[in-house]
Amino acid sequence: MSRLDSRTLVLILLRFAPLILFAVLCLAFGLLSDRFLSLANFRNILTQSTHVAVMAIGMTFVLLVRGVDLSVGSVMYLVAVVMGLYLSDVSLFVSIPAIMVIGAAFGAINACFITGLRIAPFIVTLATLFMGRGLALYLSETKMVFQSDTVQTLGRASFFGVPWAIWIAIVVAAVAWITLTQTPYGRQIYAVGADPDSARKAGIRVQAITFSVFCICSVCAAVGALISVSQVGAAAATFGYQEEFPVIAAAVLGGTSLFGGRGGVFGSIFGAVLVQTTSNGLVMLNANPYLYPLVNSVIIFIAAWVDGRRRLMTERLEQRKIRIES
Amino acid sequence: MSELLLKISGLNKSFFGVQVLRDVGFELRLGAVLGLVGENGSGKSTTMNILGGVLTRDSGRIELAGEDVAPSNSRDALALGIAFIHQELSLFPNLSVEENIFLDHFPRRMNGLPFIDRRTLREQAKKALDLVDLKVSPATPVMRLPQGERQLVEIAKALTRQARLIIFDEPTTSLTARETERLFEIIGRLRAQGISIIYISHILGDVLHLCDDIVVLRDGRVVGEGSRADFTIERLVTLMVGRTIDRLFPEREPGVRPDSTALRVRNVSQPGVVKDVSFDLRLGEVLGVSGLMGSGRSELARILFGLDPYSEGEIRVGEATLPLLAPREAMDKGLAFLTEDRRGEGLMMEASITDNIVLPSLVERSSGFMHWLKPTALGQAARDVAERVRVNTKAIDRTAVRTLSGGNQQKVVIAKWLLRVPTIFILDEPTRGIDVGAKYEVYKIINQMVADGAAILFISSEIEELIGMADRIMVMGRGEVRGFFERSHFDREAIMKAALWD
Repeated sequence: MSRLDSRTLVLILLRFAPLILFAVLCLAFGLLSDRFLSLANFRNILTQSTHVAVMAIGMTFVLLVRGVDLSVGSVMYLVAVVMGLYLSDVSLFVSIPAIMVIGAAFGAINACFITGLRIAPFIVTLATLFMGRGLALYLSETKMVFQSDTVQTLGRASFFGVPWAIWIAIVVAAVAWITLTQTPYGRQIYAVGADPDSARKAGIRVQAITFSVFCICSVCAAVGALISVSQVGAAAATFGYQEEFPVIAAAVLGGTSLFGGRGGVFGSIFGAVLVQTTSNGLVMLNANPYLYPLVNSVIIFIAAWVDGRRRLMTERLEQRKIRIES
Repeated sequence: MSELLLKISGLNKSFFGVQVLRDVGFELRLGAVLGLVGENGSGKSTTMNILGGVLTRDSGRIELAGEDVAPSNSRDALALGIAFIHQELSLFPNLSVEENIFLDHFPRRMNGLPFIDRRTLREQAKKALDLVDLKVSPATPVMRLPQGERQLVEIAKALTRQARLIIFDEPTTSLTARETERLFEIIGRLRAQGISIIYISHILGDVLHLCDDIVVLRDGRVVGEGSRADFTIERLVTLMVGRTIDRLFPEREPGVRPDSTALRVRNVSQPGVVKDVSFDLRLGEVLGVSGLMGSGRSELARILFGLDPYSEGEIRVGEATLPLLAPREAMDKGLAFLTEDRRGEGLMMEASITDNIVLPSLVERSSGFMHWLKPTALGQAARDVAERVRVNTKAIDRTAVRTLSGGNQQKVVIAKWLLRVPTIFILDEPTRGIDVGAKYEVYKIINQMVADGAAILFISSEIEELIGMADRIMVMGRGEVRGFFERSHFDREAIMKAALWD
């Protein structure tokens, strides 16, 4: 019995590993830099992490059905370019729905290859990662694309003292949370992730659900682009470059499994904050910029390791059938 | 007699020109339990899959309560009130019990809006769970439930769809004795409510005990039909096999060599798994291991083969002690282990028969210090051993194991170990889920090995099988050895009692 208890304990520890990591990082940065532990800085971290949070929420949908989407960074850049070049004269009430449609269309392309031709999501989105950026670079002629004043105002303005970026993230999070936990569709996503074959047998439309989650992911990437570009004001050719890395890291750090069927919205938001805290802390420490990728890779390694351990442990708990019946 | 619910007549089906169902027909009364028996490949599953909407028929009629029906997918079948509980349950361990029950028909909060009404969900799930007498909170994740309770969840799910007919396909294979009893009780209760049941099983004793009527299939034809009273186990077997089997178990001269201990196990313990297990296994002996599921039988087997650790005790092969957690060493000392989970652990399902057979012998049968493979010799060795166990396929180097029947798959697992010529063979449920004919062949292989001087540890849930095959039976319960029975003192009830006794 004691062995079972210790296993459960390890599982609980693993579940809270990202929280422990967060506490350790805050403590370390706080000790090393006197500017890190301040309200202003935390507000800063929150605002900076919003676009990653929104994109990580979208990524959560995809990861839940055992997929992955590497093309989110390219969607970001493509959307920023289209907004700057073609949508600078229209109001936000037109441009925001427009970019969401672009996102959905991009996701639909991914989804067509994945559900229609049954190609692995990893390969499909690797291809569209280059396709999306290539198309956007063609449109922008690799020049810096500046955004309209309305967009830039959105990046600076607040509502009830809270930046618009955070409001947008809250709305996205709320809609996503309700979808995942309070609708049949959301629960069916979890079922598909746990076992696609059984899901098909249970009468769930697996293909349609897989299709839809890739669209949702790309729409979230488009919204993330809006948030990010409104804060930066312009999109250089490297805008959104390698952004898939922090996004996937955030989702996985937040407890979403790469093996499908487990995870949620709040975890991914927390993961995004954790990722942003690390970059922010490194900047505060004036660390060598070449160190950033190293630190980030250590963090995603920890996240993947924790995820792997958790899956192994839960599988073992499932597998060992011995029950000393009393 | 009460009125008919289901009438199947003239059902035909063929796959790629091979006729698998010929003019199958039978009737099912309202509130009756119909047992469907037959060897693997006799057409049971095909018939049920047509009924459950998984396959379509070529010709024939299915009348449900007097109406012609033709379900074309599982949704259709459910809408007609036909629920199919597959051998491998289709529950999602990451979702809660209530979510699993209502996964494709959640109660909505308002009409037209896609929001789950959690309160109604909870209430309805509770009602459904009460019907199957399962006392867990509807919010419990299915992950936390043991197999038997998961099955009850599956039944509850069928009941919420107003099922009139529930098909059970081998429902007891992963249940403990207690869970099986509970399942039978529930089936009895469903019958009393007027729900009809089709029950498919290889365990003929259960079928005779549980069913009102029995239909026997062989080679896609109905070869026997009637009420339970018309059948005995012997008659069922004769009908299924199509010839008279005088005995279910092949005869064997007892050849135990008394002073030749092959495997000596002393006081092996592992907290929460096994406690103080001691026994000797001699050359030329079949030692049966009986016990309920969860008694520690399979766990003991895994410990012996070095797959799981133990904290105390000693395991000796001949004069040498087996090191902890070293299956490779155990294999080198002549041990072989046939796992109870043939698909998950015993075979590479997508690989060919040959590849599966030669896998554990690759190093031994290679040449030179670089261990070059010798494909021709390996292929020949695999062919020889496959022939010895009679795997019924010609092109063993091109046939994926996945495509074989359960019985043939099991023979491949046995063949891969036979190639190593083991002296101690641990068999964990070697005949689970395989048909009567294949079982008989597995028994013959075991007897041949014993005659050649090997020692066999034969773990099984079927007491009859152990009584028929073993020289000695060791009974386990709660991880402990409860007692030994010598062949001259085999007694079904005494063994059962020893296993259940607390």
